[in-house]
Formats: sequence, structure tokens, C-alpha cells
Amino acid sequence: MVLVPTAYAPSSNNKTSSWRTTKPVIDYGKCTRCMICWKFCPDVAIGVTQGMNLEFPNERFAKMEAPYIDYDYCKGCGICANECPFDAIDMVQESEM
Amino acid sequence: MPFSIPKEEYMMSGHTACAGCGATLAMRYVMKAMGEKTVVTVPASCWAVIPGNYPNTALKVPFIYTPFASTGATISGIREALNEEGKEDYNVVGFAGDGGTADIGLQALSAAMERGHNVFYIMYDNEAYMNTGIQRSSSTPYGAWTTTTPVGKDRVYKKENKKVVADMMMAQKVPYVATASIAFPEDLIKKIQNAKKVKGPKFIQILSPCPPGWYFNSENTVKIARLAVETRIFPLYEYIEGKFTLYKNPNPLPVEKYLEIQGRFGHLSTEEIQKIQENVNKRWEELLDREKGKVIT
Ligand SMILES: Cc1ncc(C[n+]2csc(CCOP(=O)(O)OP(=O)(O)O)c2C)c(N)n1
Ligand code: SF4
Ligand code: SF4
Ligand code: SF4
Ligand SMILES: [Mg+2]
Repeated sequence: MVLVPTAYAPSSNNKTSSWRTTKPVIDYGKCTRCMICWKFCPDVAIGVTQGMNLEFPNERFAKMEAPYIDYDYCKGCGICANECPFDAIDMVQESEM
Repeated sequence: MPFSIPKEEYMMSGHTACAGCGATLAMRYVMKAMGEKTVVTVPASCWAVIPGNYPNTALKVPFIYTPFASTGATISGIREALNEEGKEDYNVVGFAGDGGTADIGLQALSAAMERGHNVFYIMYDNEAYMNTGIQRSSSTPYGAWTTTTPVGKDRVYKKENKKVVADMMMAQKVPYVATASIAFPEDLIKKIQNAKKVKGPKFIQILSPCPPGWYFNSENTVKIARLAVETRIFPLYEYIEGKFTLYKNPNPLPVEKYLEIQGRFGHLSTEEIQKIQENVNKRWEELLDREKGKVIT
């Protein structure tokens, strides 16, 4: 039997940034790179990056992977800010639309 | 590095679940544990709309919709068809809500488990029919407000206890049964890895808080799922080929801690909360007895 490919579009074609009223902002000076925020994001809107020009609490952190928020998809649920054990994420009001 | 769960993602962004959806975290973790060689089927439920309109999909693996009552039948069919093609190494996963599992899909579930297909049935338990507007299911707990158990001056809140499908699956002696929580993804993923080693049917019930349906702010999804375990409202256990293990948190919190941050329980009186506490204590004793080998069912 031949399997016919069906149409397929990844949901990531849809940006969900307009759902948000507040947005999470990471204070890299406080962030310990524990990745707990990444673990609990229901929108897979927290990525992992290395070598970005981030503020480091000390030199050791420069070599570590850090979380970053993908504002194209973040819905502003606030789970990351609530779960961060180091209080390194603030929920900030989006400016008037 | 501090990655306590697999980094690979099989669920994509841009899906249409509400902000802070627990059921979506459940899918994300389940897929991390299942991996690429997986076929998923979902019945009518929130997860039938979360991927978006056709041809959108939120998973990087084949994803098949099935009628509301049919998850058990569909995983059976997919499994046997894949086996015919020599694809025994694929995981076949049914991912269904509590309405689709505890109510309308119970017969197909029980039958699939009895026939012994090598399948996973994942019940994401948000404790009501959320996709159609928060109607009570048999998995809704005692005391909860829903739109079909409304709390006006008559207080028609749910008076019946939660039907725990995982307990029923143990009664049926399904080879692998577990309860899991989105607040403990490492445990959830470990359980699926354990389940993979068991040949035959596997059933996992995941408590998945729902901000609009339970009436809480979206940032509290994980916190509430954690409190459900810490108060022993939703005990975590694993049952592998007859051997039962209960996760025992040494210092349980009073049930109020779980109830007080959810609007669906906001109407409860002190006596009603006390009744919930007594039921939780009683069920805990029963689970301890089960672990000691005194089988209850
Ligand atoms: C046979 C049939 N009856 C009713 C419906 C309407 N329906 C669609 S989703 C749904 C609720 C599903 O509830 P649950 O299984 O708990 O999943 P949730 O929506 O909570 O994720 C209902 C009643 C349907 N699609 N098919
Ligand atoms: S949870 Fe907080 S400390 Fe941990 S990686 Fe995220 S922002 Fe940094
Ligand atoms: S606010 Fe919610 S959606 Fe946005 S990054 Fe944090 S957890 Fe993800
Ligand atoms: S209603 Fe509840 S379960 Fe459904 S998408 Fe929204 S948060 Fe998730
Ligand atoms: Mg439901």
C-alpha cells in the first residue's frame, strides 16, 4: 500500500504574541541558569542560548547555557516567573496596543 | 548541565491552548519521553483543537483524530496495523481527556486493556469537559463547581466523589498503571520510561490543571498541580505487573492549601472541607495498605 502524504503545517506558523497582556523579562544578573522556567513553559516559548551578550552574576556563567524568552510565542501566562526559584523573572505590563 | 528532562521537543509553539494550560505541559512531557518513533491519537477534547485548524499540527509525529468514545479502539487498531508492517518499535499513544476516558471512552479503554495490545493510554485529567465549557465528568472531584453543577443559592456543586480511572485499571490488572503530575516532569518521564519496558497495555493518568475551568490565575498551574500531590489530594503511584509503589511525602499539607486558590472550590464550607480532608486521609490509608500487599480491589 502506498501512503499518500497529507497536508501538514506546523503550529509554529501561528504567532501567539498578541495573546499577551504582560510579558516575562529575565534579569540575567540574578538568573542562575537552572532552567526551571524552560521546563515549565506550556508554549515552548523559552529557548536555550549560549554566548549571547548577557549580564553574568560572575564569570562562571559566561560558559553556561541560558534561557531566553521567545516573544513571538509567549502568551504571558506567568508560570515561568512564578516557578523561578531565584526571582529572576518579572512580569511587565505590555505597552498600550 | 541542569537539564533534568530531555531537551528534545516534539510539541511545537503556536498552538491554541489557553495561556498556562496544564494539559499542554502534559503533552510536552509525554512526547519528550516517547520520542520520535511515536504515533498519537486524540479523541474530541481540548487537545483536538489545541493543534489548530487543519492542516495545522502541534506535534512532530503522526497525529490522528478519533471520535470521542474511540481512543481505546483506535490505539488497538493502529498498534496491530503497525505490527503487520513490521513496525513493532513504534510507540502507539492514545491521549484523551477525563471525559473521554472516565465516561464515554471507558468501555473502549477497558476492552483495549483486556485484549492486551502493546499500547499507551494517557489520560490527561483536567477534571471536567473543558472543551465544551466545563461540564462535570465522573472524574470531577467532590465539591467542585462546574457549569452542570452550578453554585447559586441552591448550591448544586458536585456531591459525588471522583472516579479514579487509574484505580480501576489496577483492578483490571493492567500490566502498567501510574498516576503522574505536570508539577513533577522528571517523575512523569521516568514513569513513561519504566512503562516502555513493559510489553502490553499501559495506562497513565496525569493531573493537568486548567486555569479557566478551575478558576485560577494562569501562573498557578504548576503550583496547584504540586499542591495536589503535597496535600495528597492526588497521590502519585506506580503499579508494575502487580507491584504497587506509592510516593510518600513526609509532611502533607492540609487540603485547604490546594482548595483555597481555586475558584471552583470557593463556595465550600468548613464542614465540607473537613469532609474532603477525611476522604483524603482514608484513601491514603487504603493506598498504604495496598502497598503492604493488602489488596483492596
Ligand atoms: C460523541 C460526542 N459527544 C459529544 C461531543 C462534544 N464534545 C467535544 S469535546 C467534549 C468534552 C471533552 O471532555 P474531556 O474528555 O474531559 O476533554 P477536555 O475537553 O476536558 O480536554 C465534548 C463533550 C463529541 N465531540 N462527540
Ligand atoms: S528559572 Fe530563573 S534562575 Fe532558573 S534559568 Fe529561569 S530565569 Fe534563570
Ligand atoms: S509567561 Fe508563560 S508562555 Fe511566556 S515564557 Fe513564561 S511560561 Fe512561557
Ligand atoms: S480549557 Fe483548560 S485544558 Fe482546555 S486548552 Fe484551556 S487551559 Fe487547556
Ligand atoms: Mg477534561
